[in-house]
Amino acid sequence: MDFKGSDTIPGPRTEDQLPHTAEAAVKIVIVGGFGVGKTTMVGSVSEIRPLTTEETMTQAGIGVDDNFGSDTKTATTVAMDFGRISITDQLVLYLFGTPGQERFWFLWNGLFEGALGAVVLIDTRRLEVSFDVIGRLEERGVPFVVAVNSFPDAPRYGIDDLRAALDLDEEIPIVECDVRRRASSRDVLMTLMHFLHSLAVSGALR
Amino acid sequence: MTPPQRQRRYPNGQPPPPPPQPGQKKNPERLFVVAGKDGAERAEFDLVTLIVASADPPPSAAPEQAALLRLCTTPLSVAELSAYLSLPFSAMTVLLTDLLTADLVTARAPIVRQAVADRSLLEAVMHGLQRL
Repeated sequence: MDFKGSDTIPGPRTEDQLPHTAEAAVKIVIVGGFGVGKTTMVGSVSEIRPLTTEETMTQAGIGVDDNFGSDTKTATTVAMDFGRISITDQLVLYLFGTPGQERFWFLWNGLFEGALGAVVLIDTRRLEVSFDVIGRLEERGVPFVVAVNSFPDAPRYGIDDLRAALDLDEEIPIVECDVRRRASSRDVLMTLMHFLHSLAVSGALR
Repeated sequence: MTPPQRQRRYPNGQPPPPPPQPGQKKNPERLFVVAGKDGAERAEFDLVTLIVASADPPPSAAPEQAALLRLCTTPLSVAELSAYLSLPFSAMTVLLTDLLTADLVTARAPIVRQAVADRSLLEAVMHGLQRL
């Protein structure tokens, strides 16, 4: 039987290829509930069409609360959309949009451990969805900023009210954004980078 | 209107447990293990480890190996390879371990978060984002 599939495997378009000089990559994670705009944000700043990587979660990977006592092996596919921004000829930034549930996080090696930081994207209509995520990032020591994706029909709270509701420390930035706009998404990432930079400066002084 | 209120997990201001230190080999939560042939040891691949083909596909290469080698004539992250080949991340790492062992690809490790971040790295990323 002829194997012809390899000829049809899609790859990066020529203009999407990284230069040979690309030495290393860094990553930022965008985390939030379903439908909060993670993929939109990735797409609005990515230089490539957002791609999807999948992982199959077998029983061993599913929390005991899900199918404890089940004898049948079940598999769930978890997808994660991501995009890319070339920083220099040597350095590449990847952005991963991931669901808020922690049980998905360990499917991908070092998704959070290795990330420079995280953006917690929130929808004020479902603020509670982000509570768990924020707690987990705090526990894991992952630096993060909070970005409020402004949906037109969402309740609007003042930043101080949000900070109080989310019980966020004073230094953690909270920004409003419209993730459909490239400049707005870029500004969220810049806020994260400035925050990481301030942490690096204060960490170096300690 | 009052938003719902988050309850802190450490309400008494107790510090959260320290994050895992870099260099600490095993993450105990990483339950998801795919063994290679004979349980052979897998190299550690990150989603953003950059893979570059170092040789043309040998005639003996399996179709998916040949496809991978053709894809990464220029650097591509493991995540991108996984997306283009429609293979789960774990399956990609098995495939890549074989290719790495056979010296058919090289892997460029990512820069991961350090306890104190490299400021020049952060500044480089900021400059890159400003150009967007």
